[in-house]
Amino acid sequence: MKLFRDLLRDYRFALGFWALCLLLFFAALSFGSPYDPTLWGEVPRDQRPSAEYWLGTDSNGQDIFWLATFAVRNSLIIALIAGVVSRIVAVVVGMVAGYRGHTTDRVLMFFSDSLLVIPLFLVIVMLAMLIRSSLNLVTLGLLLAFFGWAWDARLIRSQILSLREREFTQTSILSGANTLGLVFNEYMPYITPLVFSTLINNMAWAIGLEITLAILGLLDLSIPTLGTMLYWAINYQAILLGRWWWLMTPITISLLLFVALYWLSVSISVYLDPRTRVQRIGAG
Amino acid sequence: MFVRRYLIPRLIQYVLVILLGITAVFFIPRLLPNDPVMRTVAELRARGSTLEPGAVDKIIADLTELYGLEGSMGEQYWAFWGRLLRGDLGVSFFQFPTPVLRLITTALPWTLGLLLTTTLLAWGIGNLVGGFAGYYSNRRWSHLLDTVAMVLRPMPYYIFAFALLLLFAYVVRWFPVSGGATLGRQPSLSWAFVQDVLWHSFLPAFSIFILGTAVWFQTMKLVVQNVNGESFVFYAKLSGVQESKIVSRYVIRNALLPQITGLGLSLGLIFSGALITEIVFSYPGLGTLLYNAIITGDYNLIMGITVFSIVAITTAVLIVDLLYPFFDPRIRYM
Amino acid sequence: MDNTILRTAALQAFYQLDLYGKTKVVKAVNEVDLAIQADEIYGIAGESGCGKSTLLKALVAAVEPPLRVVGGKVTYRIDGKEVDVSTLSPEEKRALRLSYIAYVPQGSMSVLNPVARIRDTYRDFIESHLGRQRHQEAFALAQDHLTDLGLPLKILDAYPHQLSGGMRQRVTIALATLLKPRILIGDEPTTALDVVVQRGVVQLLKEVQARLKNTIVLVTHDMGVHANIADRIGIMYAGRIVEEAATEKIFGAPAHPYTQYLISSLPKFGDKSPRESVPGSPPSLANLPGGCPFHPRCPHVQTRCKEKMPGFTQIEKNHRVACWLVGEGEHGQAA
Repeated sequence: MKLFRDLLRDYRFALGFWALCLLLFFAALSFGSPYDPTLWGEVPRDQRPSAEYWLGTDSNGQDIFWLATFAVRNSLIIALIAGVVSRIVAVVVGMVAGYRGHTTDRVLMFFSDSLLVIPLFLVIVMLAMLIRSSLNLVTLGLLLAFFGWAWDARLIRSQILSLREREFTQTSILSGANTLGLVFNEYMPYITPLVFSTLINNMAWAIGLEITLAILGLLDLSIPTLGTMLYWAINYQAILLGRWWWLMTPITISLLLFVALYWLSVSISVYLDPRTRVQRIGAG
Repeated sequence: MFVRRYLIPRLIQYVLVILLGITAVFFIPRLLPNDPVMRTVAELRARGSTLEPGAVDKIIADLTELYGLEGSMGEQYWAFWGRLLRGDLGVSFFQFPTPVLRLITTALPWTLGLLLTTTLLAWGIGNLVGGFAGYYSNRRWSHLLDTVAMVLRPMPYYIFAFALLLLFAYVVRWFPVSGGATLGRQPSLSWAFVQDVLWHSFLPAFSIFILGTAVWFQTMKLVVQNVNGESFVFYAKLSGVQESKIVSRYVIRNALLPQITGLGLSLGLIFSGALITEIVFSYPGLGTLLYNAIITGDYNLIMGITVFSIVAITTAVLIVDLLYPFFDPRIRYM
Repeated sequence: MDNTILRTAALQAFYQLDLYGKTKVVKAVNEVDLAIQADEIYGIAGESGCGKSTLLKALVAAVEPPLRVVGGKVTYRIDGKEVDVSTLSPEEKRALRLSYIAYVPQGSMSVLNPVARIRDTYRDFIESHLGRQRHQEAFALAQDHLTDLGLPLKILDAYPHQLSGGMRQRVTIALATLLKPRILIGDEPTTALDVVVQRGVVQLLKEVQARLKNTIVLVTHDMGVHANIADRIGIMYAGRIVEEAATEKIFGAPAHPYTQYLISSLPKFGDKSPRESVPGSPPSLANLPGGCPFHPRCPHVQTRCKEKMPGFTQIEKNHRVACWLVGEGEHGQAA
């Protein structure tokens, strides 16, 4: 709790935190929505924002305000699945590579480097093309998780490498602790903060790709997400036809979401940075 | 030493990444449970597209060959490589029988023009401004720029592009909403055509440039603050070396090294982002070609674009890696 | 006649850090009075974290936030006049560097610009002070200078990473003495070198001093180096000078318990008794104990040590000690 209070004193963390709370509240509103988000033509089409339809309606005959509550919820769910699953992969790969070293390390790092260099996005598009009909929230989350671990595995690996030099590792090995148990019990506390700060970055990345794939029409387009909202707006030429409110809502929400997540992660990594941590605890 | 410890590992990695990437492209359709050929054909039919007579047979044959479903997998894998090495990426289904390679080479100059200019400009300007902002990190303008970068940095290209579209093309109507040039205008080398292209590419270029600048600005500022704490900078200051020399020859010069590596590492991301930006602005490059391939289900074209991009990006990264030693004597005289 | 060239008067330099809404003050240099003479080698000794390097920053007028001089002053004597460094403009300070007061850093891996040849560093240093001379002239100057110091000319074409640690250290000494400065400030110039190379570096510093007849202030934790080269030594503890005397006095008759520890921890020729090291570790400068800061580690601690910081007692000419065991501190004041 002290950590949380310290963090809240950083304006970046405070702004990001409250913006995220606002978006979560907005997403929670979806449970009280008067409309079914999968049905079209529930309300008159193409209405400007008004007292009755706060953010207007779209060409599919959906209320943009309530649709957006579902969109935020679903986009966050995809991001959370992708983030959590890829964290597990990143932790396992990073730990094994960092701890075993030698050939294991080189092979694993070659794979993660390749994922970084290849224009992954095109490979994901190809895959999404082929399994498009079965791309729902969960499968999309898993697909993104499959590709989203490389960079963070590298970070965790370098953390493990520096931990390995410390004394307790040597002692545990000499006292005959089993390797896997050692790795998880001894190292997990040290890399947990890193896992959390990378989780936020990875969620932002996943939401970005979800939007991209949706704009390309590679998602189940009946599921409301930030991406599918944009897809329909583009599909109906909302810009050319002057229906600015249709694009405005998902764009504004996305901007808020990306900035909030980024500010949270920057603030946390500044807090975790050993150099500033020394200053905080107070050495000379 | 340099050749053995730097050059050869880079070249091996280059070849391996291309092998791995293209192999993945080859195997992805095979690992999926359903028959991709019939699925693709069914999808084409379901769209009710008007395929030319004979095209369907050719497509089935092409797909069967491309996916490696004819003969043993090994044979097909080698055949696949053989075709790639001859530069044969097959034909497009929807612009039958235009070779995929020709479609790509038509779109390529647009993407290259957009990507090269914006990326290099963003890298240069971001590093320059970030370098000074990092050196003078206590100044008010430095904090201000930092805040601006903090807001811009997390935005994906296309979200920012949309915001720009809403603002400039719709609210203030300064720039065209879409396209690479005015419709119906024939490409030529006249000044009017060039002007028209620049006019149309302003918004997509601007959005890629601004976000790129924000990223390089921020990373450079951090790197410079680290370099600033290095003892050679402190030593030069305490020896009364002129500040202009310290900023340029000591701080920025050294801070550029990790930024060169960073440029190589982020080329893939920049490329992907640019493709989507092209789609948002209907800019006639690879991105829009990809979009058309997706909406028409032109799998051959997608595969061609993917293979081509993997080779292009990996080569670009290799070039950056090969240029690096020219800037870092520690690698050159290892 | 007063021959003081570099003087500090009740100098206080603190770091003020603002972290998550709390202000933290690190008292790195506290009430330091030094009068360093022309043509002497003055050693400043103490464990790491005692404020040595902060004092050094104040001496070379390189105080930048979050470090601040909160009390006292540093003065140089330039052409017979005392100059308070806080009154100098940045450009005036820059002009004094290298030509009047020069800094010799530790010759670590990163002490020289890693992307520049030694020749380029020479050119930067020369051009910054003598203007844009013809390149040839600058180069000739650098060559003469290296020859004077007995360094091989081929190092001009080398990059820093191609030189050994000892060679890098010699290059920094060569660069610092390029314009024949009146004061040389050495920051641990022998640390991280092996003993043989270390001896060579000390020898080089002595030669330079003998030739230029200038002042060297040498900051190092290594008492052995001080014994070899210094004329006078100031012992620093927790931001304060606690004892100051000629080198023979410091080693022959140390008066402060802390100095005694430092001396007795040195290996002596033929002596096989176990070395005593100072028990405990130096206090955090952000959180100093009350009274004499050494009292938690002192074997002779008394009640008043915990209550009041002792002032300086002049136990002999040019030998002053801040300790209650020695005297009541009638000379010089310390808060």
